[in-house]
Amino acid sequence: MIVEEIMKTNLKTLSPRDTVKEALELMKEKHIRHIPIIDENRKLVGLVTSSTLKNKWNAFSNTSSSESEKIIEDVMIKDLITAHPLDFVEEIAITFYEMKISCLPIVSGGQLVGLVTASDLLYTYIELTGANKPSSKIDIRIEDKPGILSDILVIFKNHHANVLSVLLFPDSKEENYKIVTIRVQILNPLSIIEELKKAKFNVLWPNLPGITK
Amino acid sequence: MKDALFVYSPEQLGYKFSESHPFNHKRLILTMDLLKKIHALQDDHIIPARMATDEEIALAHDRKYIEIVKQAGKGLLTPQQTVSYGIGTEDTPIFTNMHEASSLLVGGTLQAVDAVMQGKSRHALNLGGGLHHGFYGRASGFCIYNDSSVAIHYLRKKYDVRVLYVDTDAHHGDGVQWAFYDDPNVCTLSIHETGRYLFPGTGNVTERGSGEGYGTSFNFPIDAFTEDESFLMIYEKAMREIFEYFKPDVVFTQNGADAHYLDPLTHLYGTMRIYREIPKLAHKLAHEYCDGRWIAVGGGGYDIWRVVPRAWSYIWTEMNDLPAPTGPLPKDWLEQWQTESPVSLFQNWEDPIPLYEPIPRKLEIEEKNAQMLQKALIILHGEIGKNKK
Repeated sequence: MIVEEIMKTNLKTLSPRDTVKEALELMKEKHIRHIPIIDENRKLVGLVTSSTLKNKWNAFSNTSSSESEKIIEDVMIKDLITAHPLDFVEEIAITFYEMKISCLPIVSGGQLVGLVTASDLLYTYIELTGANKPSSKIDIRIEDKPGILSDILVIFKNHHANVLSVLLFPDSKEENYKIVTIRVQILNPLSIIEELKKAKFNVLWPNLPGITK
Repeated sequence: MKDALFVYSPEQLGYKFSESHPFNHKRLILTMDLLKKIHALQDDHIIPARMATDEEIALAHDRKYIEIVKQAGKGLLTPQQTVSYGIGTEDTPIFTNMHEASSLLVGGTLQAVDAVMQGKSRHALNLGGGLHHGFYGRASGFCIYNDSSVAIHYLRKKYDVRVLYVDTDAHHGDGVQWAFYDDPNVCTLSIHETGRYLFPGTGNVTERGSGEGYGTSFNFPIDAFTEDESFLMIYEKAMREIFEYFKPDVVFTQNGADAHYLDPLTHLYGTMRIYREIPKLAHKLAHEYCDGRWIAVGGGGYDIWRVVPRAWSYIWTEMNDLPAPTGPLPKDWLEQWQTESPVSLFQNWEDPIPLYEPIPRKLEIEEKNAQMLQKALIILHGEIGKNKK
């Protein structure tokens, strides 16, 4: 998945000559926390964020009038980290994590073309896990060896059950095992689970120590 | 004016996927028969369901989808052609006349709405309804048309009232929530097992509505293995606070009976106690805030022999101000249905004690649920709540 698939393109922007007051009002009105600052050629020249404004004046709403009349050029972040529309989402995720930033302007051909915020990134993660569509989730502990995933998925196929996502991660307790988490578009997964168990798969049903139902 | 009317037509049983499908409206007969045998339900309480018109269904559904359902029910489409509409799946297979059967469930709920709004009765019950998973252009989780979404649109359009939708089914009431997510005049409240494993996976506390409707969706996802006390604590607190905050003109309750320990599809540990208490508080608050206007529908409930008939009977007795029945179930009811039931029927209105082994981590589950409750209601105590008032 590349950045241009997830970036926001309908952006609210301001110019370096606008005032801090305008930036504050725009943030409040549009419920946004980041405003890219562009010049007359749509070239990205800076960024204001609610947290930098807050840090500068301590209290967001108590900004005194003389301070809020300041022009954006004097307060904006100029030393910017940006990304390209063709970057991979995994790559910019690392940038977010390492640089401790909450928003990433996307620049192409010298112009601002989009914006990705940490919330957008988080939503992309939600979509990847399939949790935004009606589905049941099944966790299975599997041996870490070739072919197992195919054996599992054939059972879903036989039930015509539409798989929304498959996540595979190491079992934190046992080294030679992995956990596979499958989101499947079905309300009643009981027959699938039964077959998985019959095929000797270790289905981790929502269970608590000491409880079996 | 009557206290309550009971919507039912035998044709509502035509909503049937197959003999082995867990959604089985035989529940309606079992419940009615139980109510008749305790002399709580007489013929003059019953009004027939009607078919909802295409225009009415289109209040909450895409016309194209309605057309697909019609054609599928006439055998004109294969599952390959309908599967992208959520039909022809293992959950929601195609069956003959599925449009007509579904329309009758929707029309039944509209009958209940009209009975209450036109002052024929204070309350009305359509146990055939409560198909809360149906989406605008897609069937989901056993639900073809979403009778509740249609009925709430109908209430808004025809009667211009503020509606509080309360959903105590063990599954999140996603279809209804999304249908009114940005509508400030419809508030949805859903208590359900968390979506970590259970369908449909949504219903997090952070789903609060959007745009104009921000602050009119409430979700209370409770942990697997939640028992009566914790369930009821959350239900009572959520109901009282949200009624007081939203001040509805009418309350619409979805009464899925699948949060019971015995339900095969969920992992909650409710007993008959919650089903006695749920309608009691809904009834009380309907009188306090809505001049009594209370419409109730059924919903999930997959132990149709031991759980659903007793659970749903309590809604009807409560609507009629009858004391909640206790003690032995009618002998003739037990005799009649035990022959058909694959499981041993319970002998009493109350569940046997103990119903299950004690839960080892009960306190932790209760603590976790209580934290969730606080998070879900924080919006009523913070700035947003104040601005609204």
